[in-house]
Amino acid sequence: MHKRTVEFTVGAFMVMGIVALVLMAFRVSGLSMSDTGDTYTLKAHFENLGGLNERAKVSMAGVTIGRVTKIYLDPEWYSAVVEMEINKSMSTLSKDTSAAILTAGLLGEKYIGLTVGAEEEHLKDGDWIEDTQSALVLEELIGRFLFNKAEEG
Amino acid sequence: MISKIQDLGRVGVTVIEAIGAATMLLWNSIFWGGPGSAGFGDLIKQLYSVGVRSLSIIAVAGFFVGMVLGLQGYTILVDFGSEAALGTLVSLTLLRELGPVVTALLFAGRAGSALTAEIGLMKATEQLSAMEMMGVDPLKRVITPRLWAGLISMPILALIFSTVGIWGGAYVAVDMLGIDDGAYWGNMQASVEFYNDVVKGIIKSVAFGWVVTWIAVYQGYASVPTSEGIGKATTQTVVISSLAVLGLDFVLTAVMFGGV
Repeated sequence: MHKRTVEFTVGAFMVMGIVALVLMAFRVSGLSMSDTGDTYTLKAHFENLGGLNERAKVSMAGVTIGRVTKIYLDPEWYSAVVEMEINKSMSTLSKDTSAAILTAGLLGEKYIGLTVGAEEEHLKDGDWIEDTQSALVLEELIGRFLFNKAEEG
Repeated sequence: MISKIQDLGRVGVTVIEAIGAATMLLWNSIFWGGPGSAGFGDLIKQLYSVGVRSLSIIAVAGFFVGMVLGLQGYTILVDFGSEAALGTLVSLTLLRELGPVVTALLFAGRAGSALTAEIGLMKATEQLSAMEMMGVDPLKRVITPRLWAGLISMPILALIFSTVGIWGGAYVAVDMLGIDDGAYWGNMQASVEFYNDVVKGIIKSVAFGWVVTWIAVYQGYASVPTSEGIGKATTQTVVISSLAVLGLDFVLTAVMFGGV
């Protein structure tokens, strides 16, 4: 094997590795540079998360505008606290914006859907969303349904 | 009875001695000589024989593994009407598990065995002793470039494996089974995270590359310099490094993905 050819193929090998990494980054994992940095944090209390994960989407009208960053239990109220990062471009959410835990499809992943309110004032970094709606837990619904049926019959 | 216990003890001592010798070999060759210490040309030559020449088998295997994942995943997911998640399934399986592991197993068979046989034959034909006589350190001259070549090529090969596999899965899913192109790629991009999936897969493949080349190089260096001994060392390389890769994979998965 000629020395030049060896060097060329090794170089091509390295370039292929870098190309594969770039493809992984942008085509497969959808990494984009503009995503990082420009976000602000909102918090919300929920009665029941019903399987919401960290990194879940926060969306408004079906468009993703942020991610859930942290989930923990409030030891005083015994309710779940969800912290989410919202893109800075969506900084005009009104004070009475409501948050609900929704499901993508029938059995899909849980995400937070925001619905904007009517107030003039905007939510700022670290503010709480007051109006929240918990996840729909299937077992509770079925339980309530059976209970009602039993009462009727 | 007593002799049985003695045998057991001897096996234990031999294994621990081998581990010690292998660690000394690693320490002497990798930490005291960077990639270029034996001359950059040697590293390039080894990258060629270890990395470039494994490329074809890795690419072909990756394509078929990706296509099989696409087919198998489809038959399961279609029952739940969620075949749109096929892209997620294929990409996460490849990036987290199959990419690094299958690449490492193929790498052990293709490059590891060749390394052991090469070094073993160098020892049998007394090339290593000749180097020592000339005042050349065979560790730096022979072992160092091979170790670094393995360490550098493994993550590249695993990345290429996963990339080819994801496109193989896309070929089956989109062109043959008629899943929507946007659903395949869109769901994949929504669920694959660069740091959590791609980078952790690369960490795995670096660890596997290190283990496989280390075992291969040590087996060659410590082999009995006869034709039988070299054959045995080559087999040992493939067996031990395959098991080591699978065992280490469990540990790494538990640490990085297990949430423990």
